Amino acid sequence: MSDYQLIIVGGGPTGLAAGLYAARARLKCVLLEKGVPGGQVLTTDWIDNYPGFPEGISGAELIDRMTAQAKRFELEIRSGAVVTGMELAGPVKTLTLEDGTTLTAQAVILATGARPNKLNVPGERELAGKGVSYCATCDGPFFRDQEIAVIGGGNTAIQEAVYLTRFASKVTVIHRRGELRATRIVQEQAFANKKIEFIWNSSVTAIEGAAGVENLRLRDNDGKESTLPVQGIFVLIGIIANNEILPAEQLEMAEGFIQTDREMRTNLPGVLGAGDICYKEVRQVINGAGEGAVAAMSAEHYLAGL
Amino acid sequence: MAGDNVKHLSDKDFEATINGATPTLVDFWAPWCGPCKAIGPMVEELANEYAGKVVVAKMNVDENPTTPGKFGIRAIPTMILFKGGKVVDQVTGAVGKTQLVAMLGKAL
Repeated sequence: MSDYQLIIVGGGPTGLAAGLYAARARLKCVLLEKGVPGGQVLTTDWIDNYPGFPEGISGAELIDRMTAQAKRFELEIRSGAVVTGMELAGPVKTLTLEDGTTLTAQAVILATGARPNKLNVPGERELAGKGVSYCATCDGPFFRDQEIAVIGGGNTAIQEAVYLTRFASKVTVIHRRGELRATRIVQEQAFANKKIEFIWNSSVTAIEGAAGVENLRLRDNDGKESTLPVQGIFVLIGIIANNEILPAEQLEMAEGFIQTDREMRTNLPGVLGAGDICYKEVRQVINGAGEGAVAAMSAEHYLAGL
Repeated sequence: MAGDNVKHLSDKDFEATINGATPTLVDFWAPWCGPCKAIGPMVEELANEYAGKVVVAKMNVDENPTTPGKFGIRAIPTMILFKGGKVVDQVTGAVGKTQLVAMLGKAL
């Protein structure tokens, strides 16, 4: 006998949506979250593209509501449950927790998500929290009337660059290409904002400063070097998979992300993948939640066939 | 009630608290910070579990600008562990409870 029918690993919007569906299906289910429910969406100031909230909603508020909704149907959520190992190949899946205890289940949904990419340049680690940031919402207000840089050209980078103009006197967006990838309405807001300047076709090679960030060393695509004096740098250059706890030798992966089919099934029977940890193009709250729902229903289907 | 053991510090009483005989963990936070809000319940848990051994405190960086500036804090949540007025360790970001428990061990 397994401890649970279903274990969900990860408590972001994807895991919470999966939990909601699993709880309503009356599956014996637990959601394991390494910290507290939320995930990356907590670092988002304002979400304007999740349907049902015409005025938009903060990331934290959305998570509070998703958690409350799942709990209304008695989903068991374990916060601070750090998974350190997984055995997923057989009919009984075994998850090992940090304290050495194990949990077993017949099915598992992997919704471990992703985290912000780092630049991996000198000075980044030393000055983290001292001017180097990965969360505009969290740290923007520390840069009132100061000059800062945003690195990246995607939706997150450009949306947060606009947000940061509320505080900073000047925001320089540094992008390694000659055009932005961000969606059109976000680009329009940035180009219309007088506080935002752009440095195109350039990368950061080093972050310099003693007690805090003072300068960025830049190199353009022709190899020309320059220095940009700033007090803060927001690194918003995409994500990497939270895949350290996944059994790479068992699961089929691509570029560190899990390969799934349309029903969120992996190559292993009874193991589903959902949300940002999946190999795909679009990573939004809405499809994360959608995939969580699909994964839960696929798990239900799998369990019914046992 | 939850949170009763968490001490809310201001710029005024900060020095006196960290200079006290008991090690102090200060969670620098603000209402606009999602991850700060997320780790709130965990900080309360620690306050309850370490009552009498560690003073677990929170400081709102919006209402108290002096102290965060003094410690060069430009990202939150930042947690700093003090013993006898000196910084023992510090960590930035929404870290897990295990990591904070390990950090508290350094002052006990």
